[in-house]
Amino acid sequence: MLNFSKINVLIIYSIFIFISFFSILNFQSGKDPFINKKVNLGLDLQGGSYLLLEINSDPLVEEKIQSKVIPIKKLLKNNNLNYSNFKIGKKNLSFSLDDPKKFELLFFSKKDNLLNPYINNYNSFELDLQIDAKKISIFFSKYGLLTINNSALKQSIEIIRRRIDDVGTREPTILQRGEKRILVELPGLKDPERIKNLLGKTAQLNFRLVAENDEFGVDKLLSETGEELNVSKRIVMTGENLIDAQPNLNSQNNQPAVSFTLDRLGAQKFGRTTTDSVGKRLAIVLDGEIISAPSINEPITSGSGIISGNFSFQEATDLSLLLRSGALPTPLDVVEERTVGPDLGEDSIRSGITSLIIGFILVILFMLYQYKVFGLIANLTLIANLIMLIGVLTILEATLTLPGIAGIILTVGMAVDANVLIFERIKEELKTEKSIINAFDIGYSKARITVLDANITTLIAAVILFAFGSGPVKGFAITLGIGIITTLFSAYFLARHLTSVIVLNKKNGKVNL
Amino acid sequence: MINKNINFSSYFIKANILSLLLFSISILFILFKGLNYGIDFKGGTLIELRADNENINISEIRSSLNSLNLGDVNVKEFGKKGDYLIKIEQKAENNKKLIPNIKKTLIKNLNAEINFRRVENVGPKVSSELLKSGIIAICLSLAAMLFYIWIRFEWQFSIGSIVALFHDVTITVGIFSILALEVNLSIIAAVLTIVGYSMNDTVVIYDRIRENLNKYTRISISETANLSINETLSRTIITSITTLLALVSIYVLGGEILRGFSFAMILGVIIGTYSSIFVAAPVLKFFKVSYKTLEKKEEKIVP
Repeated sequence: MLNFSKINVLIIYSIFIFISFFSILNFQSGKDPFINKKVNLGLDLQGGSYLLLEINSDPLVEEKIQSKVIPIKKLLKNNNLNYSNFKIGKKNLSFSLDDPKKFELLFFSKKDNLLNPYINNYNSFELDLQIDAKKISIFFSKYGLLTINNSALKQSIEIIRRRIDDVGTREPTILQRGEKRILVELPGLKDPERIKNLLGKTAQLNFRLVAENDEFGVDKLLSETGEELNVSKRIVMTGENLIDAQPNLNSQNNQPAVSFTLDRLGAQKFGRTTTDSVGKRLAIVLDGEIISAPSINEPITSGSGIISGNFSFQEATDLSLLLRSGALPTPLDVVEERTVGPDLGEDSIRSGITSLIIGFILVILFMLYQYKVFGLIANLTLIANLIMLIGVLTILEATLTLPGIAGIILTVGMAVDANVLIFERIKEELKTEKSIINAFDIGYSKARITVLDANITTLIAAVILFAFGSGPVKGFAITLGIGIITTLFSAYFLARHLTSVIVLNKKNGKVNL
Repeated sequence: MINKNINFSSYFIKANILSLLLFSISILFILFKGLNYGIDFKGGTLIELRADNENINISEIRSSLNSLNLGDVNVKEFGKKGDYLIKIEQKAENNKKLIPNIKKTLIKNLNAEINFRRVENVGPKVSSELLKSGIIAICLSLAAMLFYIWIRFEWQFSIGSIVALFHDVTITVGIFSILALEVNLSIIAAVLTIVGYSMNDTVVIYDRIRENLNKYTRISISETANLSINETLSRTIITSITTLLALVSIYVLGGEILRGFSFAMILGVIIGTYSSIFVAAPVLKFFKVSYKTLEKKEEKIVP
């Protein structure tokens, strides 16, 4: 075990130098580094926000099922089926028929079925139905719902990205998590509440006339001044017709406002409505709340306009940002939030590094006291181990968290175990073996299996923790797991080689272990 | 430095009674007193704040929060003077404006500049998922250990190590229940690491027992266990000391956030070291393991 061929020594130290090289990359400064790899700091160390958003698809499902009403009625009429009791629910539509079987055939026809398209990917129809005697109930199939969720999620991610880019946060992470969730990580955020506000707003804008009496029905909404208005359900125009929105000052009263520009279609609709309804009031409704409801003094045909309300300049800026980036297809709920301020992050780094250094020094002193010269070897390999650990973290561009630093400290404490196991074994062998070289040789080979067994158990725990842990805890699993691997390398190759150099040079001397 | 002739096996019965007692007390506390779950597992809001005015009274913070009618609110000092930790229970009507509202109210009532250094908010769905995945992770790690030992050793060893692991995890969690310490995600991480560490310790002693069973076929399992524990004793103690040195350093200097984690780990290392000597080894005695047990396995492998 103590004989190293020159090639082996070369390989061992090449690996060590190669990996250690990467740890140096973390200390380089300058704009254009040689190799751009670094250990990333987790949000708990550099400050920032972690948000887990969940889409609430219920309103979307309701809207989509309502959009099926007309096609169904058309289908029934075209096939001379007389229905009664047509009801529109939140998730289903129901009606009664004399001949449900005939309808079922039409409903599940694979050819040119506009009402209920066949989704090839899932081998399933978009809608499903349930027949109870003569009553038919229609609802979205499992895969139909999945499709709705999926497209809403993709669209939401796109809009969230636009909103965040517009605020100008550096290096945001926006990822899909499962079927209904979006993970957003925003490092180094100054005002997390603002972002939360921006992401939490659906920003569905529509322009609706304030009704006297309207055939489409009315919603009773509170205006910005607190007066209750009857707003027509008929939508003149939605935010989709907006091509730009900018914060502005209202020239009449010098109040912050939002000026908008419409696309061609929007300009036409807007022009027509404002021409027909001079003297009426137009309500500007955002997410079911009236922002303002000005009177139409004259037709607006230019395709641009201004929204004034009781805004602060910040609110006007945010509203125009929301309008520019478009509406979310469905509301988002923040189901998990973790925000760390930058000063706490700095404190955490400081206390983490302090405890690492002190822990390291304590272990080193103890090992020196216990094993003298060989303690020095153990300590050298411990330092090498630490450098390699940081090197591997750099190669993987892993994220270092506060628990991650704890994992490094723990590695320091546990890394010496491999050397302790080996040295203790050698001590035992020295009692019976005459030849020192033999004692070391046997000690190393006998301890090998124990060292492996002992470390694999910790490695198993680290892997499971990595698979199940979230955020900072994952950082702990990473450093602990990599620490075990670098520990095995440094104890079994570096320490063994250094030991062999000492032992082989002291052929007849005594060894102080 | 270490007297290598301690008759451990003579203490086995006393130690086992002690272990059984601690184990039962832990189970009783976990069942009847329960655990003090943090917001990770219970849901709710956590705010760590720093006020520039150090003369603020905790009760002032409490009373101004009570005026917001937030439900169950828990305020405590957190590390430095002027640093406080507020925990607010999960409530459906706690709306999106909750955090800014709290900040406004506190600044108004306390007459101080207040900095929210950390805000965590976990919804009820996510917290129950986190708890579930935490429990799954611990069970899975125990199963994986069982499997590993079963491959590497004989089944008696496998059972011995798993008994020791249950012992360690239960008593550590039991102490958290008795002291009403907060259980959060980092405690799960600590428990998993304890599982790994305790196993590591047990494996070292088992390895030696197996070696000695083959070497000295005539002595009893008690004597073999005793010999093996004594032979590996320096290693057991030295490794525990270095690990504890590192952990105490985290506990004292690592800041408030890591305190619970490092405390759990310190408990776990001490209990884990104890259990590999006084729990894992006696189980082998209970199963009357001898060199014949080892032969049987070898016969199976080599037909």
